[in-house]
Amino acid sequence: MTAGVTPDTEVIGKRSEHLYFALRNPKVVIGLAIVIGLLLLGVIGPFFLQGHPNDYIGPKSEPPSSEYWMGTTYFGQDVFAQFVHGLRSSYVVGGLGSFIAFVIGLTVGFTAGYRGGLVDEFLNMLTNVVLVLPALAVLIVISSYLEARGIISQAVIIGLFSWPWVARAVRAQTFTLRNRDYVDLAKLTGKRAPQIIVREIMPNMASYLLMSLILLFGGAILFAAMLDFIGLGPSDAVSLGTMMQQSKDWSALHLKLWWWFVPPGLAITAIVGSLYITNVGLDEVFNPKLREM
Amino acid sequence: MGRYFRRKLLIYGVTFFIAVTINFAIPRLMPGDPVARMLTRNSVANPETSEALRSYFQDLFGLDVPLWQQYLNYWSALFRGDMGVSIYAFPSPVADVVLDALPYTLALLLPAILLSWFAGNGLGALAARNKLLDNTVLPVGYLFTAVPYMWLALLLVWAGGVLLGWFPVAGGYSFALTPAPTWTFFVDLVHHWFLPFLSLFVVALGGWAIGMRNLVIYELESDYSNYLQALGAPRRLVRRYAFRNAMLPQISGLALQLGVVLGGALVTEVVFAYPGLGDLMLNAIQSQDFFLLQGILMFIVVGVLIFNFLADVVYVLVDPRTRLGLEGGQS
Repeated sequence: MTAGVTPDTEVIGKRSEHLYFALRNPKVVIGLAIVIGLLLLGVIGPFFLQGHPNDYIGPKSEPPSSEYWMGTTYFGQDVFAQFVHGLRSSYVVGGLGSFIAFVIGLTVGFTAGYRGGLVDEFLNMLTNVVLVLPALAVLIVISSYLEARGIISQAVIIGLFSWPWVARAVRAQTFTLRNRDYVDLAKLTGKRAPQIIVREIMPNMASYLLMSLILLFGGAILFAAMLDFIGLGPSDAVSLGTMMQQSKDWSALHLKLWWWFVPPGLAITAIVGSLYITNVGLDEVFNPKLREM
Repeated sequence: MGRYFRRKLLIYGVTFFIAVTINFAIPRLMPGDPVARMLTRNSVANPETSEALRSYFQDLFGLDVPLWQQYLNYWSALFRGDMGVSIYAFPSPVADVVLDALPYTLALLLPAILLSWFAGNGLGALAARNKLLDNTVLPVGYLFTAVPYMWLALLLVWAGGVLLGWFPVAGGYSFALTPAPTWTFFVDLVHHWFLPFLSLFVVALGGWAIGMRNLVIYELESDYSNYLQALGAPRRLVRRYAFRNAMLPQISGLALQLGVVLGGALVTEVVFAYPGLGDLMLNAIQSQDFFLLQGILMFIVVGVLIFNFLADVVYVLVDPRTRLGLEGGQS
């Protein structure tokens, strides 16, 4: 960032100023490019592949070639087809799970922070309890009881158990914002609490909320992969976690079929890592103090 | 200080209560009849056998009494240490099966989380004062935290076990040996322990290093650091104060991260077929042993609560403000 490229903020406005810096921040650009690139692969890819990803289509245990881009499994399934479908389910779980956690976290955090008093005591206690509960162990037990496991149900239970740190942070921020003059003014004009929260308080922590949503997204993808790996994945779909589970169960390690277990883990690492890097970049975008570093 | 501990203990008490209640509720809230599900899973076709089994399971779950009484029975059984009988390791009681696996998980988890905490904090503090180191620690740290635990474990087994052949690929000790307090057995244990430990250690390390780096940089920009520097204090002294202040959030982070690392330990054990709680959980799921599964969850919750409490105690010992009942020490 050189000093000469500072945009004319009065003309362009605040939002496009952020966009301006975001598009010039290498961390944001590279991070988002990887995340969106893999997303597109997951969304568009399946349309170009015929049949179910679990179909037995080719020679067994074939290394990557021009015909099978990522080789085939021990049973002769196309690893690339599974990979593309797996990406799709990872994004669905990540998106839906993080959305649910985000909504719960925001509701609890804003209510506790804005109302205060007994409501706050109760909600804060609830937040602390869910925070202490070891999420993965609880998720394992709950999903092992589910009769039919799908991507959606997995996303829902992940969302239900990963909101507390968002609620905690939102509550703390709301505490500092709720006594500002403009909030008092809004109260004087007779606005209702939900309206004040959405119109007056939320915009002041929008950057923070965006970054928490990104972290939740990455966290949900990791949770889903771990559940899938233990064998509690969707029973009707392929995911990156089930690919790793299958490869481990059918000793791809000992047969040295590295093309079976390397791509799914690499994709998860790439997605989650890029999300983290994007977050660091966004921090620099929203916080001008960090921009020059 | 008394208020701080009372509050913490209340939270842990409530958590324990809720965890037990969840444990009680899950089998009863899930759609369908748990007994019918057990029967279908045991694939009993003969109606007579099925009826006998049904009454046996009804009795076992204690489903023939009203719900509130079931709940009270559940608690009293829990306090007697009775968690039912494991189906996977029939006829051992669940508590015994879990206690057999527990040392392995603790031996992985405690060194991994504590050593990664120390190493990560040191690394992060170093990175905060060295631009060159910072440029490597930061990206590598983010990469490590993004790696799924089981994938790193798979890679380590593949590289260190299969390709190089330096380490055993599965188990807690060689099948040729019987557990005994001998030197050979101990070496063998450590040999099997190293790779699972390493994979947990590496994933956890990144997060601590990044956290410490950010905290130290933040502390170095604060007023007291500037003041000390203006007074002409040596940089070493200023950095030491910054480091000590940055430790506090990292200690509360230690308790919060435990759940995450624990989840990582569960899947890592699955990869290495390491005979701890994770492997036991997998077996319990595969053999539909719900008593065992819930027993494991109960042990994990209690363990996490104890660890959290210890972290609180350390926090109080380290932070004089909490000790004197001043600010700090968020609940």
